Amino acid sequence: MLSYIDKIKEISRRLLAESKVDLVIGFRKGTLSMMNEPCFVKTVEDVEQLVWDGNCGINLANYLTDRKEKIGIIAKGCDSRNIVTHIIENKIKRDHVVIIGVPCQGMTDRRKVQALAESEIKEAIETEDTLQIRGDDFEKTLDKKEMLQQNCAICIHRNPVIYDELAADEVTEQTQVDRYEDVREIEAMPVHKKWDFFENLLSTCIRCYACRNACPLCYCPTCFVDESQPQWVGKSQDPVDIRTFHFLRAYHCAGRCTDCGACERACPMGIKVRLLTKKLEKDCLELFDWEAGMTPDQRPPLDTYKPNDPDEFIK
Amino acid sequence: MFKNLIEYMGIEPGRLQFSWISSAESTKFVEVVNAVTDEIKALGPHENFVKKEAKVA
Repeated sequence: MLSYIDKIKEISRRLLAESKVDLVIGFRKGTLSMMNEPCFVKTVEDVEQLVWDGNCGINLANYLTDRKEKIGIIAKGCDSRNIVTHIIENKIKRDHVVIIGVPCQGMTDRRKVQALAESEIKEAIETEDTLQIRGDDFEKTLDKKEMLQQNCAICIHRNPVIYDELAADEVTEQTQVDRYEDVREIEAMPVHKKWDFFENLLSTCIRCYACRNACPLCYCPTCFVDESQPQWVGKSQDPVDIRTFHFLRAYHCAGRCTDCGACERACPMGIKVRLLTKKLEKDCLELFDWEAGMTPDQRPPLDTYKPNDPDEFIK
Repeated sequence: MFKNLIEYMGIEPGRLQFSWISSAESTKFVEVVNAVTDEIKALGPHENFVKKEAKVA
C-alpha cells in the first residue's frame, strides 16, 4: 500500500501539468504522528507533499461539494462511493472530477494504537505489514492488520467503485465478514436496555459536531442543529438533546451512509456513533437491497417510490 | 426505517404508529384512532424522552 504513492504522484503531476485539473485533493503529512491532513495541491511542485499510508482515513469526498474548479481527487473505496452519492445528489458533476482510485487495505485506528502505547507516540513508522511506534520510553512493533479501524476491518468494498485512473492493482475484497454483529446485539436487547445502552454510549458527547463536520453527507448550508428559527433541537447538554441530535444526524444519512467511519474517527471522545448509522445501513440492505454509492445510475430507495416497497408498518 | 431506528434506540414498539386513511374512510379512522389510543394507554406515559429539568453545565 505504501508503494501506491509513486503512482499517485505520477498521476497527479500529469493531471496538473496537462491542466486536466485545477487542483488535486489528497493527503499530506500532519503535524502530529499518525495524523495525515487533507491538502489541496494546485501546482506540479506541490505534488511532492502528497503521502499515502495507513493514516489517510479522512473521507476526501467531504471537500468536493459545490466547488467550481476541475478537481482531481484521491479516492479509496469508501471515498469513491461518497463521490457517487455526491453525483446522485447533484453536489458535483461527474465530468468535473478526475477520480484517482486507490485500492485500500484499511486505515489504522490511532486510538487502538495509542491504547497500546505507554506514553505519547512521537513517531510511527509503517511498513507493508507492520507499524512501529516509538515514544520517549518505549518502542513497539504492531501488526497493521490488527490495528485497523473497525469499519475497515469489516469493509467489503475496498476497491473504488468509480475511477478514471487507478493507482494500483485492485485488492481482493473481503467476503467472510460479519458486518452487523454489533447492531444485532443491540437489536436483541429489551427496550429499556436499548435505551440505557445509548444513554451510556452518548453520555460523553460534548456536542462539538466533529462527526457532522467530517461527514461527506453533511453538506447542508445550515445544519438543523445550528438553525434557531425554527429551533429543531435543543442546544443544551441535556441527554435528551444530545440523543435527538445523534438520532437525527444519523437519520439524515439513511440510505446514503457508506460506513466510511469519518464520524467515528473525528469524534474527540471516541463515541461509537457508527452504531446508529450502521443500523440504517443494515435496514437499507434488508428492506431495499440497497448499498449506498455503488452506482450513479440508480436512485436511492428513500427518494423513490416503488410499488413493492415494504409497508408492513402502515396500518 | 424511521420506526426501526427509533425502536432500536430504545423507544417502545407501538409508541410510534403509521396509518393511511382516506378522507372517505371515516369508519377506518375511528377504528385506528381507538386502537392507537388503547395501545398507547396500555403502554403508559413515556418517561425517557422527556426533559425533567433543564441540565445546566
